Amino acid sequence: MPAIRHHIPDDLLMGYAAGVLPQAFDLVVATHVSLSDDARARLASYEALGGAVLSDLDQAQIDEDSLDRTLAKIKGMAPEPRPEPSRGVFPSPLRKVVGGDADAVRWKGVGLGAKQSVLCSDGEATARLLYIPAGQAMPKHSHRGMEMTLVLQGAFRDEDGVFARGDIEVADQQVDHTPIAEPGEDCICLVATDGRLKFQGLLPRIAQPFLGI
Amino acid sequence: MEKTEAHWVATIAAIAQNQDQKAFAEVFRHFAPKVKAFLIKSGADVSLAEECMQDVMATLWHKAHLYDPSRASVATWIFTIARNRKIDLLRRYARPEPEDLPWGPEDAPDQADVIALQQESTKLAEAIRKLPAKQRELIERAYFGDLTHSEIAAETGLPLGTIKSRIRLALERLRHAMN
Ligand SMILES: [Zn+2]
Ligand SMILES: [Zn+2]
Repeated sequence: MPAIRHHIPDDLLMGYAAGVLPQAFDLVVATHVSLSDDARARLASYEALGGAVLSDLDQAQIDEDSLDRTLAKIKGMAPEPRPEPSRGVFPSPLRKVVGGDADAVRWKGVGLGAKQSVLCSDGEATARLLYIPAGQAMPKHSHRGMEMTLVLQGAFRDEDGVFARGDIEVADQQVDHTPIAEPGEDCICLVATDGRLKFQGLLPRIAQPFLGI
Repeated sequence: MEKTEAHWVATIAAIAQNQDQKAFAEVFRHFAPKVKAFLIKSGADVSLAEECMQDVMATLWHKAHLYDPSRASVATWIFTIARNRKIDLLRRYARPEPEDLPWGPEDAPDQADVIALQQESTKLAEAIRKLPAKQRELIERAYFGDLTHSEIAAETGLPLGTIKSRIRLALERLRHAMN
């Protein structure tokens, strides 16, 4: 089994379609799909499977006044506005969580110009934004669970190649890598990690690999 | 009698264009009991499922003008609304959704794409019905939320590749129309 996958794997898209991913992974998948037509089409195929499951269900008994009460609900609601084309760095699902575009992030320095901002963490999984100055290395690390890294600005390079805006890397326990931000533009990534792991132990060590580069 | 996919697409269009309450009542009679069954199988108790189903059907009314039949069947579209509402209610967070592709009312979806997607959706439904009971049950359980992410594996033997290519083509046409 390959430990690093550059396309978003099918099991994650199917998990997103079924609605069983932790919130942090939902956020990365929704943001990635916003940037990739291929992922959007693959996701839509898994949603089609969900639609087929729904179609095949036997009908449940609904309340007698069900339709009337629904019509009453409709009266109080405004129609959904058509979505606006997005122009910033962050696609809309990420913008909703941050409360704005890249300039609205509340960063915390983690040393040598690198910054992070934790967006959600529920014990199951954590989503954070990472900001790595152009040309600088991220700390070398292994993974105790699954890690999804989505590039939003700039690019990074590691043992597997170059990742630019919209590219996603999924890494698991077998992976040990040192991503380095490409020269030019500072790199902003959205990263989701499985539960318990990793950054607690990583934070104190973070300056060392930075200095080593 | 089983209605065709083309019929349901026209019904949603009638809701979107004319706020047609008769059309809505027809969609409701067919889909609301299925949505409620889906929510019950996903772990909601009967009264929560009823309430949630009404929200889903009300959302359908208000989103009808955003429905794109070149990218999803009506059942698929309703499934996504129900799934999102289920996560809002049962897991208590607003589910992050991909940014939708903005397209104006003048860019009506390509009829060839719509028909092709309807054919692929029908094929997929038939393929599921032909699966061995055990495999079919596994797929259903995945969508009711009975399987964790790591237990979910991509199913083989389903014509998912062809439906994916259809959707991909529709997306490309849509992008061209926008530029
Ligand atoms: Zn990593
Ligand atoms: Zn890599």
